[in-house]
Amino acid sequence: MRNIKFGYGISKPRAIDIDSNDLRKSNEILREMPELQTCIGCGSCTASCTAGNLTQFNFRRVHTLVRRGEYMGAYEEMNKCMLCGKCRLVCPRGINTRGLAMLIKRKLGDF
Amino acid sequence: MKPRVVIVGGGAAGMAAALRLESRGVEPVIVEREEVTGGKVRNWHKLFPTFTPAEEVLEPLCRGIVERGIECRTGVSVEAVSADGVVLAGGERVEADAVVVATGFTLFDAHRKQEYGYGIYDNVVTSADLEQMMNRGSVRLADGSAPRRIAILHCVGSRDEKVCQSHCSKVCCITGVKQAIELKKMFPEADVFNFYMDIRMFGPGYEELYREAQQSYNIHFVRGRISEASPTINGRIQIKAEDTLTGRPLKMSIDMLVLLVGMRANDDNASLAASAGLALAPNGFMQNKDPFTGAVRSQREGIFYAGAVTAPKSLADTLAEASMAADAVVDYLNADRR
Ligand SMILES: Cc1cc2nc3c(=O)[nH]c(=O)nc-3n(C[C@H](O)[C@H](O)[C@H](O)COP(=O)(O)OP(=O)(O)OC[C@H]3O[C@@H](n4cnc5c(N)ncnc54)[C@H](O)[C@@H]3O)c2cc1C
Ligand code: SF4
Ligand code: SF4
Ligand code: SF4
Repeated sequence: MRNIKFGYGISKPRAIDIDSNDLRKSNEILREMPELQTCIGCGSCTASCTAGNLTQFNFRRVHTLVRRGEYMGAYEEMNKCMLCGKCRLVCPRGINTRGLAMLIKRKLGDF
Repeated sequence: MKPRVVIVGGGAAGMAAALRLESRGVEPVIVEREEVTGGKVRNWHKLFPTFTPAEEVLEPLCRGIVERGIECRTGVSVEAVSADGVVLAGGERVEADAVVVATGFTLFDAHRKQEYGYGIYDNVVTSADLEQMMNRGSVRLADGSAPRRIAILHCVGSRDEKVCQSHCSKVCCITGVKQAIELKKMFPEADVFNFYMDIRMFGPGYEELYREAQQSYNIHFVRGRISEASPTINGRIQIKAEDTLTGRPLKMSIDMLVLLVGMRANDDNASLAASAGLALAPNGFMQNKDPFTGAVRSQREGIFYAGAVTAPKSLADTLAEASMAADAVVDYLNADRR
């Protein structure tokens, strides 16, 4: 039978599956930094981010994914962070985002 | 003899409460810090959500005060309150059988968010400035030309721990939608972008106006907070935000930046509260007795609240509360006399 090309392939499901994601690490991070629970997703951290202006790095996206239990690649992404602390200056919720960057790296080194 | 009630503050709340009290057989006395009554609404151009000229709401209130001969002491502020009167700046005491505190709110000072360049770059204005520019019919860039691209930023001085204002000011989202439409009507060629974190359309007709802004005026809504504004070499303003719905940083050059400034608590709330043993809410506004059945009552018998002094509020809610407060005062006076 001829191989018909449909123009798309079957890839891994894109849905964030909270049923199968293990939220333990995420909960650990929130326990150490409960203020992250107050994030309103405004994107100020990403907008002001030094690394994000030079690379694809999106800090808000990474820490939101981590909270959903999507750890894959988070550590590598966080390595792009230069720990400059600009994000902390703008966060309207007063979250210690620089500390969060370090916390994510410390917790997710093995993902 | 008619009972006498001092009303502290002659804004919309104070005037509406005075009129209602007068028609219920009480003698109100308004004490207003400014030379004229009317409060903030005096500065507004057209009111959301109906585009009613602010004058149309204010004028009947002011006229009523004059026609009914209600005593109005302007140009003097109240420094202390109690259930049986107030103390004016200078020490004079005005006796009363009850007191209504209607001292409203203070506009957030946009200079405090230095990253947006208010007072530093041309063409960064606040929503309150824009109302006055519309009143003067002079919405123009500093060089006299018409703006081609305008950004409106929500939550300036609200929901922001960095400036110790963590509450939502409630009316600025709908003000932003209203002003976006007004700007688009003035400058049909211009593109208008609203940068928001959440769109809060709490009142009747508000969501409809939001939809109209999108549908009929093609106002662009971008979900993300502007993190900074800086000048470009050709005299425009560059802004940066994250477009959080696409997950990508966004920057653009604009001609005009409108900052939707919040409503914050008056600085003298604390001293007024201390003078009478009243409570302050965590955000510095006056704390009413109970959010459901005691919205216009204070912790002290004989001292009542009306309007934005207890929380950010629309004019419609302010006027409704003023009537409620007047009725609560009359109930209190009647119980006293029984
Ligand atoms: C930019 C902006 C636009 C708005 N547009 C609209 C709109 O389109 N539609 C709408 O429904 N609402 C609008 N609002 C909300 C509206 O302005 C308020 O609901 C209204 O002003 C509240 O009236 P108030 O009398 O409680 O307070 P205020 O207007 O603040 O009046 C208080 C009065 O008390 C006086 N005072 C204060 N302290 C003292 C003292 N110690 N002694 C004596 N006098 C004192 C003040 O001088 C002032 O005159 C807007 C708000 C903002 C910030
Ligand atoms: S500390 Fe890291 S995440 Fe924050 S602004 Fe700097 S580079 Fe970006
Ligand atoms: S700046 Fe703060 S509130 Fe905004 S998305 Fe980043 S962490 Fe969340
Ligand atoms: S009403 Fe809208 S703009 Fe105003 S503080 Fe609340 S969310 Fe922000």
